[in-house]
Amino acid sequence: MAEIQIKNVAKNFGSYQALHDINLTIADQEFMVLLGASGCGKSTLLRIIAGLETATTGEVWIGGRRVDHLSPKDRGISMVFQNYAVFPHLTVFENIGFGLRMQKLPDDEVKRRVERTAGLMHIEQLLKRYSGELSGGQRQRVAVARALAMEPDVILMDEPLSNLDALLRMEMRAELKGVLAESKTTAIYVTHDQVEAMSMADRISVMHQGKIVQAASPIEVYRDPAAEFVASFIGNPPMNFLPAKAAGSGRWTVAGQNFDGPASGKDLKWAIRPEDLGIADAGFGARAKVVEPLGAHLLVTCDVDGHQFRAVLDSELNVKPGDVLTLAPQEGRGRWFDPETTLAVA
Amino acid sequence: MEARLLPYFLILPVTLFLCLFFLYPFVLVAQEAFGTENGFSLDNFREVVSYWKFPISMKNTFLLAAAVVPIQLALSLLMATMVTKMQKGRDLVLYIWTIPLGISDLAAGIIWLAIFEQSGFLNSMMVGLGVTDQPVSLLSYQTPWMVFLAIMLAEIWRATAIMLVILVAGIGLIPKEYYEAADVFGASRWKQFTRITLPMLRPSLQTALILRVILAFEVFAVVAALGGTLFPVLMGEIYAYQFDLQNGGAAAALAIIVLIISIVFTLIIMRALRVPKGATI
Repeated sequence: MAEIQIKNVAKNFGSYQALHDINLTIADQEFMVLLGASGCGKSTLLRIIAGLETATTGEVWIGGRRVDHLSPKDRGISMVFQNYAVFPHLTVFENIGFGLRMQKLPDDEVKRRVERTAGLMHIEQLLKRYSGELSGGQRQRVAVARALAMEPDVILMDEPLSNLDALLRMEMRAELKGVLAESKTTAIYVTHDQVEAMSMADRISVMHQGKIVQAASPIEVYRDPAAEFVASFIGNPPMNFLPAKAAGSGRWTVAGQNFDGPASGKDLKWAIRPEDLGIADAGFGARAKVVEPLGAHLLVTCDVDGHQFRAVLDSELNVKPGDVLTLAPQEGRGRWFDPETTLAVA
Repeated sequence: MEARLLPYFLILPVTLFLCLFFLYPFVLVAQEAFGTENGFSLDNFREVVSYWKFPISMKNTFLLAAAVVPIQLALSLLMATMVTKMQKGRDLVLYIWTIPLGISDLAAGIIWLAIFEQSGFLNSMMVGLGVTDQPVSLLSYQTPWMVFLAIMLAEIWRATAIMLVILVAGIGLIPKEYYEAADVFGASRWKQFTRITLPMLRPSLQTALILRVILAFEVFAVVAALGGTLFPVLMGEIYAYQFDLQNGGAAAALAIIVLIISIVFTLIIMRALRVPKGATI
């Protein structure tokens, strides 16, 4: 059992506050992704959990044990580094077995575990090589195998796929997810790639400016973003926003259209995902500005009431720049945000 | 100019310089060592090797190298690790530690002579503290181990920094991530040093050791200042052949012997610290 609890963790670098009062609980065997743009504090948080960085205040608990005063090796974790950190002077075998040797396990046990994890990562044939003779993808596999060989309670991954090319990244994504699910470890995975986050995570913590903005399942983060930042960060293209004027008793006017919405007195923002729009008889009048055929669908950037608005439409449609489309949102997909707090309003 | 020729053109000046001031004199020395009136012969070598002082000076040179170089290696590794760990004042400490590098070896010998001679600092101190009643002659033929110790100390003081500088640069090249990985996978500080730093430092260790070992076989001025004729070494013998005995052929032959020893040790060090293919950073 390795539940991870982060309690009131904050981190200052001099006068710069990298993390503000982070509270997060990660369940045993959960795959948690820390997602955010660079500089949002996600790597710092991971490094604090690993013990490579010390929190200015707050506590870290792993498996019911407070660990923030312990050195990394005593926390029951292992880690995959962004640049792999595969030791160049050791063979692949010795790299994978590094942690086991440090634990002074007998040779046959080291051999058994190294061979098993190398098998899991499909690198059995590389065990005698040095890292200089490996490709980026193979080095990545060695780094993961080294972390798995420790049979840790928790595995921490810091942008492990960011140095791979797109195709290899997609392949490794699926493979990693499978291997980690099988190993039954709790995983924390840091990335700035939302596709990676969406496809791998049980839960995503979206981070922004040293805070966790939302921690929820991928589909919830996508469908019900807790804040404007999440709405505009997740999804490609991001959500569309239009100002909404209160028309009284839960009725709202958005770019000339009427919607039911929250019973709020002040003006809000209405948001919709580009793929939740369709051509209809009645709806927003949208003048197409840029049309991008993407094969599977058509991405149309248009102008609605002076605001930029994107719609993902059927690729068979014949739309040219300058055309005026009538776009209607799918029922129940519109979301509301308070422009002052930027938080979602139900 | 054609790009293909440019590199050769650029190294031409230094090549000419080396040919004129290194290769040409080397050929002359070799000629003098191997040549007599009757053409090629090994007479000079036979003469040098059969001289009674040859085994002593050979033994002394090796003994000194064997005593000094390992201590310097350990010291410079320790100092380099310390300097690398420092947050502040690192440059200042490095400058101070490298001061001896800027002092000529004869001057270094004289500095240590000022400490060890009969009217030197050490004697005044011992008398002042009442350890001895009157100044004692520390560097005499009756106390050869003291002469050896003084030379050792002077050599360590003088030439550790050359290794230190190379090792500091080498340690700086090892990416921090390797240490973080080692931390996570349970390597203690000592294990990190032996399992990460030392192996990854091999190229720098190679350079530092080769340089230092070659210099150790060329030790001369420090020994001359502190030991005089009490502690004959190979370089001192070359000097004696050339200038006291006016025997250029013998001096050249001995110089060639020192060169061969240096080459052999260079090869041994290169072999011992070689980095396997594909195992570089």
